[in-house]
Amino acid sequence: MLMQIYFWCLAAILIGAAIGVITSRNPVFSVLYLVLAFVTSSVLWLLLEAEFLAIVLVLVYVGAVMVLFLFVVMMLDINTEELRQGFTRFAPLGGVVAATVVIELITVFLVRNSGLPVLENPPAHPAGYSNTKEIGAVLYTEHVYAFELAAFVLLLAIIAAIVLTLRRRPGLKVQNVSEQHRVRRDDRVRLVSMEAEQD
Amino acid sequence: MITLTSYLAVSAILFAISVAGIFLNRKNVILLLMCIELMLLAVNFNFIAFSRFLGNTDGQIFVFFILTVAAAEAAIGLAILVVLFRSRRTINVQDLNVMRG
Repeated sequence: MLMQIYFWCLAAILIGAAIGVITSRNPVFSVLYLVLAFVTSSVLWLLLEAEFLAIVLVLVYVGAVMVLFLFVVMMLDINTEELRQGFTRFAPLGGVVAATVVIELITVFLVRNSGLPVLENPPAHPAGYSNTKEIGAVLYTEHVYAFELAAFVLLLAIIAAIVLTLRRRPGLKVQNVSEQHRVRRDDRVRLVSMEAEQD
Repeated sequence: MITLTSYLAVSAILFAISVAGIFLNRKNVILLLMCIELMLLAVNFNFIAFSRFLGNTDGQIFVFFILTVAAAEAAIGLAILVVLFRSRRTINVQDLNVMRG
């Protein structure tokens, strides 16, 4: 019973935060509400005994991705008023589509649920059980190629992000270290032979 | 005890809110990216819930890879956004029509 109250409180916070994301006037608030949504769902994942992924969600999403979002939102000076035009015009349509999606998703589960071997009350894992160990045991054996592919995707993302944002601004005074190393005496010093002056 | 249906209902509502968010904020690219992140979160939620209630770890492996790809997607998306803002001085979707035929 206590567990259920806790679950529904967390669910309410999660949904409230999601509504905050899409209705905030200021994009910075949207990002902060999204952080709240991620942290709350991480707690819900802890309830589902997926400890490793709960921590990864906080580390990767809140720690890296949301900070990146916050960076970008604060770096660009955006006229939010102009971007919010048509907000109320499309609200009824959005509401209808959202309601349809919810009803469809819930009914398809209720209809199909009968055939699924779902555990009604999955047993809690025993003390000393390590979720990380269990994931690692299959990740590095069965899914090792997918794991390496994921590493490649991340490498690709790093290179793409750097290449996209790299720019050369003309007229900027920068040091070119390799050119400085390559320089020889002849490039810089010129000996001029002059006749000695007489007095 | 909390049933699978309640977890799935929360996840469905989360997904629907992010769909509605795409309708509401269809001019602001940053908000659109955030709605996509929220959708991925709802999908991950489903995977974790099914993984728990079917007693199978494979769902968690799936979530691991989705998180990886989503992080890469967010990084590249924001990089494109920064380049876009630098060249066009706007992130309004309505003004980005150079590819229109």
